[in-house]
Amino acid sequence: MASPEQRDEVEMLALMLLIRRFEERASQQYQAQKIGGFCHLYIGQEAVVAGAVAATRHDDYLITAYRDHAHALARGTSADACMAELFGKATGCSRGLGGSMHYFDKTNHMYGGHAIVGAHVPLAAGMAFAAKYRKEDRVTLCFFGDGAINQGSFHEALNLAGLFKLPVIFICENNFFAMGTSVKRSTSLEQIADRAEGYDMPSEIIDGMNFREVRDKLAEIVASIRKDPHPAFVEARTYRYRGHSMSDPASYRTKEELEKYRLEDPITRLRAQLTREGKLTNEQFDELDKKAKEQALASVKFAEQSPEPPIDELYDFTFVQGDGPGESGNLLEPAESQAGRAKKPARSPRRLASRSASTNGEEE
Amino acid sequence: MREITYRQALNEALAEEIERDPNVFLMGEEVAEYNGAYKVSQGLLDRFGPTRIIDTPISENGFAGLGIGAAMVGLRPIVEFMTFSFSLVAFDQIVNNAPNMLTMSGGQFNIPITFRGPNGPAHQLGATHSHATECLYANVPGLKICTPATPRDAKGLLKTAVRDNNPVLVLETELFYSHKGLVEPPEQELLIPLGQAEIKREGKDVTIVCYAQTLPMALTAAEQLARDKIDAEVLDLRSIKPLDLPAVLNSVSKTHRVVIAEQDRPFCGLGAEISFRIQSEIFDELDAPVLRVAQEEVPMPYNETLEKAVLPNAEKIIAAVKKICV
Repeated sequence: MASPEQRDEVEMLALMLLIRRFEERASQQYQAQKIGGFCHLYIGQEAVVAGAVAATRHDDYLITAYRDHAHALARGTSADACMAELFGKATGCSRGLGGSMHYFDKTNHMYGGHAIVGAHVPLAAGMAFAAKYRKEDRVTLCFFGDGAINQGSFHEALNLAGLFKLPVIFICENNFFAMGTSVKRSTSLEQIADRAEGYDMPSEIIDGMNFREVRDKLAEIVASIRKDPHPAFVEARTYRYRGHSMSDPASYRTKEELEKYRLEDPITRLRAQLTREGKLTNEQFDELDKKAKEQALASVKFAEQSPEPPIDELYDFTFVQGDGPGESGNLLEPAESQAGRAKKPARSPRRLASRSASTNGEEE
Repeated sequence: MREITYRQALNEALAEEIERDPNVFLMGEEVAEYNGAYKVSQGLLDRFGPTRIIDTPISENGFAGLGIGAAMVGLRPIVEFMTFSFSLVAFDQIVNNAPNMLTMSGGQFNIPITFRGPNGPAHQLGATHSHATECLYANVPGLKICTPATPRDAKGLLKTAVRDNNPVLVLETELFYSHKGLVEPPEQELLIPLGQAEIKREGKDVTIVCYAQTLPMALTAAEQLARDKIDAEVLDLRSIKPLDLPAVLNSVSKTHRVVIAEQDRPFCGLGAEISFRIQSEIFDELDAPVLRVAQEEVPMPYNETLEKAVLPNAEKIIAAVKKICV
């Protein structure tokens, strides 16, 4: 496993391009009604997850909210599996049972994809608790939006993490809007990061549009946590270019504001940094982008051609079988074994009164 | 066999499972230094230390979620609620996260967690502290629920719950912690499968289906009914989910009459489900309508007389039985 410092920046730029091109395709397929339910796009925020992944190991735990496509891709889930999940296909990263908001990939240590705002923050504390319990030096990365910080579950989890000194980084992807409600209209503090002080937790405000800053700041925090487990809080200031979900025209913010952030685009920025330093030519960038577009397009084809999850597996994932008495898939299936029952001879049903005028509805 | 209390039986189950598997730990309010609000975890901190027996702040949603997260990565938490009335603060974690994870992840993440603690009305605790929660949780696919009513069942079911790879709620009966009963000696492993009812008294004239608090009521009712030459069979469900439907159908096919004695409220309740199953599976076996005895449909009053009026009891069960055994 390469240490974080050695993660190639060009490779991370390619990842950010893949995330963007994948989501552009997803958006198109959503509009073509190939994708159901809700679909929340991450476009504009790519540097946050890319920087975090570049600063950590593959076996560190990662968990996030419902804007989760990028987090799976960053962890190494294939674009094919991600697109197939949006299409609800059996080849999806959650077998088509989770959908856009519930991506999971155990092999790549991606622990979801959680769609109740703030409800996964205690889960992150639990994963970090397990790492500490087993004396592992894994760090848990817990992503959430600025909308999560006013939920009770968020506060309870941060208190527990602070109290038990759990190795977890709470990463608030502050894109300034919880759906259509701006941070100013939702939060009593000027700075979200100040919440951390109440839990005796170190915090940082970082530029979430700058890959290098995210990576370097997180690398410092991760090193400190691995040495001696503790929680930390990061407010990554970023911006989503699209609406909250596909149905949101984002009329609550101005064109000028959006344009201001587009000038700081994380992909353009890393590209410029690398080009300036002679690490990337225009041709190389075009090649990376072409590859990302091809992967995204191929994922659509893969999803289209993939099979639906079989209906006869409907009950297979309600309970896990084995290693315990009393196992049963469908707990409400009609009883099969009724042997030995003292059976009364079946009597014929009484006729409906209105249909048996001759007997005046009397019992036979 | 030796006689121990319901509380001791649970304590033995916890100790044996924590001893057996290093991934098992107990977490909850006052479970460690205070030795448990109801002393179920008495002595466990001394024996296993603070990494295995963990006090939490009053933060049910937080620590229930923490347990689920730990279970996602392979630990097997036992999370105690001081009472299941307080589990309602953690309802989102118990209903949305624990049972949904396996499906949402396409089978990748099972949640081997046990939620346990006292459940059901106790004595004059008022509306907020008197909830029976079994029907609320029984409506959720992906949860298993058991309701032990005796020390032996408490030990055997809790041990099985901890070993199950799915979320299991062990709803203990708050009023029974000091009840005594015969239980196998510790050196004899006691595991009672989830989803197995038990006939606690055999009879041939009428079946009284019961569980948790209604078991002693049903047994008392059966004794009194015997004086009136009505021979009642008392069937203790022990588990709500999986439900041992074959046991219910077998008993009713024998007696042809049934009263369902429920600890919870009646509307959309367990008795409604069981009656439906009986009529759809063995309609012809019934010689009388299925009757139910449950709580009255009101928030629990504090006043002792009114509380008694709300709760099921032996007299109400007897009255129901007599109504259909004419």
